[in-house]
Amino acid sequence: MALLQISEPGLSTAPHQHRLAVGIDLGTTNSLVATVRNGVSVVLNDAKGHSLLPSVVRYHADGSTTVGLDAQTQAALDPHNTINSVKRFMGRGVKDIPDISTLPFQFVDLPGMVQLKTVAGVKSPVEVSAEILKVLKARAEAALGGDLVGAVITVPAYFDDAQRQATKDAAKVAGLNVLRLLNEPTAAAIAYGLDNAAEGIYAVYDLGGGTFDISILKLTKGVFEVLATNGDSALGGDDFDRRIYCWMLERAGLHTLTDHDKTLLMARARAAKETLSDHAQTQITAVLDSGEIIDLELNEQAFNDMTDSLVNKTLVPTRKALRDAGLQASDVKGVVMVGGSTRIPRIQAAVGEFFSAGGGNCMPLTNLDPDKVVALGAAIQANVLAGNKAGDEWLLLDVVPLSLGLETMGGLTEKIIPRNATIPTARAQEFTTFKDGQTAMSIHVVQGERELVADCRSLARFELRGIPPMVAGAARIRVTFQVDADGLLSVTARELGTGIEAHIAVKPSYGLSDDQVAGMLRDSYAHAQDDMDARNLAEARVDARRLVEATEAALAENGAVLLNADELGAIEKCITDLKLALQGADLAAVKRATEVLNKGTVEFAARRMDQSVKKALTGHKLDELEF
Amino acid sequence: MSLDFSKNHFELFALPMAFAIDAERLDHAYRGIQAEIHPDKFAHAGAAEQRLSMQWSTRVNEAYQTLRKPFERARYLLQLHGVDAMDANNTAMPADFLMQQMEWREALQDAQSARDLSALQGLERDLQSYANDLQGRLASLLDEQNNYAEAGDVLRKVRFMDKLLEEIDATYEAIE
Repeated sequence: MALLQISEPGLSTAPHQHRLAVGIDLGTTNSLVATVRNGVSVVLNDAKGHSLLPSVVRYHADGSTTVGLDAQTQAALDPHNTINSVKRFMGRGVKDIPDISTLPFQFVDLPGMVQLKTVAGVKSPVEVSAEILKVLKARAEAALGGDLVGAVITVPAYFDDAQRQATKDAAKVAGLNVLRLLNEPTAAAIAYGLDNAAEGIYAVYDLGGGTFDISILKLTKGVFEVLATNGDSALGGDDFDRRIYCWMLERAGLHTLTDHDKTLLMARARAAKETLSDHAQTQITAVLDSGEIIDLELNEQAFNDMTDSLVNKTLVPTRKALRDAGLQASDVKGVVMVGGSTRIPRIQAAVGEFFSAGGGNCMPLTNLDPDKVVALGAAIQANVLAGNKAGDEWLLLDVVPLSLGLETMGGLTEKIIPRNATIPTARAQEFTTFKDGQTAMSIHVVQGERELVADCRSLARFELRGIPPMVAGAARIRVTFQVDADGLLSVTARELGTGIEAHIAVKPSYGLSDDQVAGMLRDSYAHAQDDMDARNLAEARVDARRLVEATEAALAENGAVLLNADELGAIEKCITDLKLALQGADLAAVKRATEVLNKGTVEFAARRMDQSVKKALTGHKLDELEF
Repeated sequence: MSLDFSKNHFELFALPMAFAIDAERLDHAYRGIQAEIHPDKFAHAGAAEQRLSMQWSTRVNEAYQTLRKPFERARYLLQLHGVDAMDANNTAMPADFLMQQMEWREALQDAQSARDLSALQGLERDLQSYANDLQGRLASLLDEQNNYAEAGDVLRKVRFMDKLLEEIDATYEAIE
C-alpha cells in the first residue's frame, strides 16, 4: 500500500538525518505502533510477527507486568490483576462506569479518577496505559534501531479534556515525547485521503472496542478540515460482547458466577461476535468452575436483534454531526470505516443505508484494514511533525469535540468555547466580584452541551486569589480559555484594572496533578532500575540539540534578511554557549543554556512568523491572477 | 515583540473592508496563512516559535470564524465603525417584529408537540427566507448607504432569527 512518496533520507538535499517517530493507536481492545519507512507507512510487528498488541496488562506480586497476548490468554486465571479495556477508565470517576458490577476489578472508591487495586499495589488507569505504551515504545526502538524523537498518540475525537490529559500523562510516564494528540478519525482520514487522493466531503465512522466517533471532513487540495465531530465515548465493540454475555446468562439460567467464569464467558462472547462477522451461526461452549457446561447456538439474526439498539445508538451522533456541519447525508461522498467493530455486517449495512438515504449510493469504504488505518495515519503525521520533510505538504484543521464553559449563578453553564471550534482557539470572558473587598473567586470549568452544570463533565476548579480589595463589581477579572493543537485546555486569569495576575490553584476533577505524574515517573524508573538523573540529562540533551538544529535551520533560511549583525551575533553566541554546555554532563547548565537560547530567539521567531504570513498572502495574490 | 496583532481581520486576509465578501478568497487566504503558521509546522521547532505559532494560529482561526459567518462579520464591521450593535442597554425592538416572532414561536411549539416534521420544515423555510431578506438589507445598509445605526437595528433582528433557527435545529433533534 503506497500512502505517500517521500524521498529516501540521505538522498535528499536535507542535511538532517531521518528522525525516528511513530504513530501509536492506544486502543480499548488492541494497540498498535506504526512508522514511515522508506516513504511508506507500516505497522511494526513484535518478534513473533503480531501487529496487534492486546491492551491487557497483568500485574504480578513482585511488581512486574505481562502485557499483551499472554496477559489476555491468561486473564481468566488471574481476573483481579489482569486489567483490560483500561481506556474506558481514563479520566473517569467510579460513578461514570455504568456496568461496574460486571467487572472483576477491585476499584478504589475515592473522588477523582478511578484507581484499581492489584497485587502490585493501587494503580491509576494512567499507569496501566503507560505499561502498554512502554511495550510499544520498546517494540519500535528495537525495530528502528534507535531512540524515538517522539510519537503521535491517537485519542477518540469525542474524548473530553480529562481523557486527553490522562492519555498525555500516560505517555509521559512511559517516557514518550508526545508530538501531538491526534483524533482517531482524523488519523484515519489522513491515511485514507492521501492513499486515494480523495477530494470532497467524507465521513469517518469509527467504532472501536469502547468508543464511537463520527467525524465529517472536507478534503481539498491537501487540506483536511474537520467540519464537525460527535460520538459516544462509552459505546463500542465491548457493548456488543456484553449483549451476547447477558444473552448467555439468560439462556443458560446462570445467576451466581465466579470472577473466573465472568472473564471466561466474556471471552467466549467476543469470539462468538467475531465468528458471526463471516458465518451465519456459531456454537458457544464453556465449562464453568462449578463443572456446569454451557453449550449454546447463536445465529446472525438473533445477534442482530439483540444489538440493533446499539447500532441505532451510533446513528444519533452521526445525525448531529451532519447537522452541525450544515450538511445532508447525500452530501457525503464516502464513509471511511474504522475500528474492528465495523466488520460486523449489520453495521456496514446500517451505515450504507443511512448515507444512501435520499437516493444516493454511498458505500462504506473498507479497503484499508479497519484495525490498522488509525495507526498508519498517525505515523504519517508523526513523520511530518518530527521534521522529516514530506514530498507533499498538507494541513490538518481539527476541532474541539465538546463545548467548554464555566459554572455561573444557579448551577447554569456559560459556554465559552463552542463545540466544533477549529483548534487552536482562545476565548476570554470578564467577571467581577460579588461582595465589597472580595479578594478571591472560585471558578468551575466544565465541558459538555447541557444547560445545567450537573449534567456536564467537571474538568477543574480554580481559585483566584490576590484580587485587590475593591467595592463589589469594580474588579474586572479576565479569564482566558486557550485550547491548543492537542485539544487540551489551559486557563489563565488576570485582574484588568491593576494588571495583577491572580494566582490560580487548579484542582482537576478527574485528572492527576503534576506531582502525581512526577511520582509515577519516579516509580516507573525505580522499578526498571533506570537512573532518573541520567534519563533527565538525556532528555534535556535531546531538547537542546533539537533547539540548536531548529535555530540553525531558521538562521540559514532567513537570519541574514531578518536580523542585523548585532542580533545575529547575540543568537549565535547563545548557540555556542549551549553547544558548550552540551559537551558537559551538568543538567542544570544544559537547561539554563537552552532557556537562554529560547528567550534569545523570541523576537526572531516573531519576525519569521510575520514573514510567513506575508508570504502566504503574496502567494495568494499570485494565484488570483490565474483566475 | 513584533507579533502584528494591530491589523483588523479584513487586513489580515487582505480583503476589502465590506459586508459583501468573496468567500472563496477568504477560504483561500485562511488556508494559505494556516499552511505557513499552524502549530503542526512548528512541532519540531523551539519553544518560542511553538508559542508564537499557537498564538498566530488562534488569531487566524478567530478572524476566519468572524468573517465567515454573516452575523459575526456584520457585528465586527459595525464595531470597526464604532457601533456596538449588541449593547445590552439597546434592546428596543419594533412591535410588529415582536408580534411576528411570537407567532413563529407558537408555530414552533405546535410543530414540536404534534411532532409534525413537515410543518417544521415549512416553518424553517419561512424563517430562512425572512433571514435572507434581512441579510440583503444589511448588505445594502453597510456597503452602499453606510447607515451604521440602522444596520445595527437590522442586525439585532438577525440575532432573533438566528436564535429561532437554532431552536428549530434543537426541535429536529427532539422529534427524531
